[in-house]
Amino acid sequence: MKFAIQINEGPFTHQAADTAYQFTKAALENGHEIFRVFFYHDGVNNGTMYGVPPVDDRNVSALWSELAEKHDLDLVVCVAAAQRRGIMDADEAKRHGKGASNIAPKFRISGLGQLIEAGIQADRLLVFGD
Amino acid sequence: MSTLHTVNKSPFERNSLDTCLSLAGNGSTVLLIEDGVAGALKNTTATQSISDAMGKGVKFAVLGEDLSARGLPADRIIDGISVVDYTGFVQLAADHDNVQSWL
Amino acid sequence: MSVTKKFVYINRKAPYGTVYALESLEVVLIGAAFEQEVQLVFVDDGVYQLTKGQSTEGVGMKNFSKTYAALGDYDVNQIYVDEQSLKERGLSMDDLQALTYEDEDDDWAEKSSMQLVNREQLAALIGDADVLLNF
Repeated sequence: MKFAIQINEGPFTHQAADTAYQFTKAALENGHEIFRVFFYHDGVNNGTMYGVPPVDDRNVSALWSELAEKHDLDLVVCVAAAQRRGIMDADEAKRHGKGASNIAPKFRISGLGQLIEAGIQADRLLVFGD
Repeated sequence: MSTLHTVNKSPFERNSLDTCLSLAGNGSTVLLIEDGVAGALKNTTATQSISDAMGKGVKFAVLGEDLSARGLPADRIIDGISVVDYTGFVQLAADHDNVQSWL
Repeated sequence: MSVTKKFVYINRKAPYGTVYALESLEVVLIGAAFEQEVQLVFVDDGVYQLTKGQSTEGVGMKNFSKTYAALGDYDVNQIYVDEQSLKERGLSMDDLQALTYEDEDDDWAEKSSMQLVNREQLAALIGDADVLLNF
């Protein structure tokens, strides 16, 4: 089965991104397909590469990057939500005159249409949030 | 059509479970996750509403990992609520026609 | 795109206190271009999103309440308000904006986009959805 995942909260404050990660990992381990993971609202903060949590805690962003690397996941950060919150790739940073990009590996920035498309293409869409 | 409802908030903090139970019908399943697992315990002020919904044919499940994380023993949950792991969560999502998250 | 699905947006949060209402509306507007069936549900504190006379100058935030009135122009005209949620909050439909659309199949007559629903009707809406977007 083909799942799409929407994540509405950032790492650490809410469990949403952790639950979504565990769900996604379990789905992949059980032979399901993840069509896309879409990060919206504060969920875009999962896409930062600058998080440095204590070594005895999990690094949620890095976990997503690793899972995406292993399974070729499509991790999409909503551009409108990301601009509000300062998550940028190199192109966005250049366009807005910011010094550097901060998007984590394997994440990409795109529009809300990607969420709607995920809803259309996937068999099930699950929303994780507060 | 059958719906998987997920509730991730404690019934002692928010009305998510109440609203969910007022809308969940026969054949649907309510899965309690994150802080929502508090609603799965026996002898709480939420227990009766869950029992009533079971009487209407609503099934219930609780995410075991979230119970364990919170130190809530699985032997204290309401009879008839099944404990699932993340794979079970995935299976529930696949087995129902759609998923409603009561955020 | 060949597939048409029923997208149901479940709005349960009040505006301004959190960003969910505003960003949900942004999804609805983008989603309207995809020619899917779209239904908006306002339940629990979500009913506060539609109140008349919102004025945000004092809090220094963008007033997006007028955008709801434009939904009809985007062919988003199936808007459901939960009766019980209104009652619990001491509100009635008179406290909400009257959202309308022009019906192209009826000589562009102006019609209400809003429908008051009970929990049984709301349960049916959720049950019939292909995609549920929760905010």
